[in-house]
Amino acid sequence: MELRGAGAIVTGGSRGLGASLGSALAARGARVVLVARERGPLEETVARIRAAGGEAHALAEDIGDKTAIHRIAGAAAALVGPIDLLVHNASTLGPVPLRLLLDTDCEDLERTLAVNLVGPFRLTKAVAGPMVLRGRGTVVHVSSDAATSAYPRWGAYGVSKAALLHLNAIWAAELEGTGVRFLSVDPGEMNTKMHADAIPDADPATLADPADVAARIVAQVQS
Amino acid sequence: MSPATWPRESPLAERLLVVDPRCDCTEERRVGDLAAYVRAGDLLVVNDAATLPASLQGRTASGASVEARLLASRDGSWRAVLFGAGDWRTRTEDRPAPPVVGEGDVLTFGGELRARVSGVSPASTRVVTLRFEGDPDHFWSALYRHGRPIQYAYVAAPLALWHVQTPFASRPWSSEMPSAARPLAWELVLALRAKGASFAAITHAAGLSSTGDAALDAALPMRESYEVPAETAAAIARTRARGGRVIAVGTTVVRALESAALPGGGGTVAPGVRDTDLVVGSSHSLRVVDAIFTGMHEPGTSHDTLLQAFAPRELLLRAFQGAQQRGFVGHEFGDSMLVGPGILSVLTS
Repeated sequence: MELRGAGAIVTGGSRGLGASLGSALAARGARVVLVARERGPLEETVARIRAAGGEAHALAEDIGDKTAIHRIAGAAAALVGPIDLLVHNASTLGPVPLRLLLDTDCEDLERTLAVNLVGPFRLTKAVAGPMVLRGRGTVVHVSSDAATSAYPRWGAYGVSKAALLHLNAIWAAELEGTGVRFLSVDPGEMNTKMHADAIPDADPATLADPADVAARIVAQVQS
Repeated sequence: MSPATWPRESPLAERLLVVDPRCDCTEERRVGDLAAYVRAGDLLVVNDAATLPASLQGRTASGASVEARLLASRDGSWRAVLFGAGDWRTRTEDRPAPPVVGEGDVLTFGGELRARVSGVSPASTRVVTLRFEGDPDHFWSALYRHGRPIQYAYVAAPLALWHVQTPFASRPWSSEMPSAARPLAWELVLALRAKGASFAAITHAAGLSSTGDAALDAALPMRESYEVPAETAAAIARTRARGGRVIAVGTTVVRALESAALPGGGGTVAPGVRDTDLVVGSSHSLRVVDAIFTGMHEPGTSHDTLLQAFAPRELLLRAFQGAQQRGFVGHEFGDSMLVGPGILSVLTS
């Protein structure tokens, strides 16, 4: 897809892979709306992108909150025009340190599913209709190898990512031929706060730089 | 006609009144039967404007309660119709008059939004132009947090934003939901496409249905902005060239397309962003649109006047009264009409 002038939403955009995706997309001329819960880091990321000459906007919202979805879709389209690219990058691990399923509260599983699965479903539902009407658009789901491997202690997160992978596949099957693409990408292990929360003793030197991963995902989006 | 008081769960099961002036006849079906009246090669044009949280409760500098119902403008300012104390639970015509404001006055809405009155309409002191403080990120975030959908007293409970978005909602331009497209579930849209019909969009800033001021109401619809994308203009030209029909989904689409009609253009339109104050009625000779799929419009309203460009008043009145007797319901969550000359001949041809 052509990114110059394209309207893009990136969730989980305040830091890590989301911030890198925002920078990479804006550097290629996309008009980017970053969404994250914490206003402070979000606005810092937006300021960095603007300082580099890109267009970025901040919406401090929680993707796991049902009432936030149309606020995000509406405000984003007001700020950058019709949305051509939606990147579902926001996700939560659930409680850390990661715990066994038998020790996981049901409410924590619900919250993980709300952020990692139901929120993306709701936001795609709000954004993909106009994409189908225009006959173009791309939706990216950021996945994980936990979607396909049953790692002990990664229960809530793994379940949510497995479901998200399947959600991506069903969206793609139902909207085949409409011009709207659905991509699921596994970024691998990155040097991010989220990774440090999950595996505190990991050696950062062995982890990928989120900027490199973002460049790879953007190339995939452009192809 | 009784209003539908809440969004219904199965849009395709909602009722459809088909009115054909060519045979001076009507039929009653369900929205899910729409494909029976649409031919391969037809183009359905929808309004893809999302509905704004356009109702803001606020105060004047002296502390008086005021509700501003916002209307989008192209220059970044907002026109607003002001209402006095109270909210949608009171019928607009029963609302107290708003406090009189003048140029330079400041209105505050919640803790985050402040606007300065930059103009007052000569037509009515209720109609003002507002300039909001803050950058666009702040304004849109605050508007979406503080604003509520405009709604009327016949609706059963407070509406959420998702209740007032059509399946095609993109940029938030509309003050009220461009509701004709509301029952077009994707299952139906994709079935119509599979049949060989196509879809295109315009964006039209649908305004207010009611202002609480009889003189203003009589002058509705107000001037509204619209955009016809180049790809929609091209789709209309292709439809014309192959002998297909242009079916407008909603009165706003008729207003936009007829405003954009190219003189001598054989039913084609000029792309672009413009304002319109075109009033379509019985004396208007339709240049672009062949038929309309829309809501149930009460005789005597401006929407009904627009329908008279498609069918004689007497036929519309007879059809409406019959539907009313048989339990059709009206307003934005109500049943639908399909009106156009020859629309029923599709079934027999």
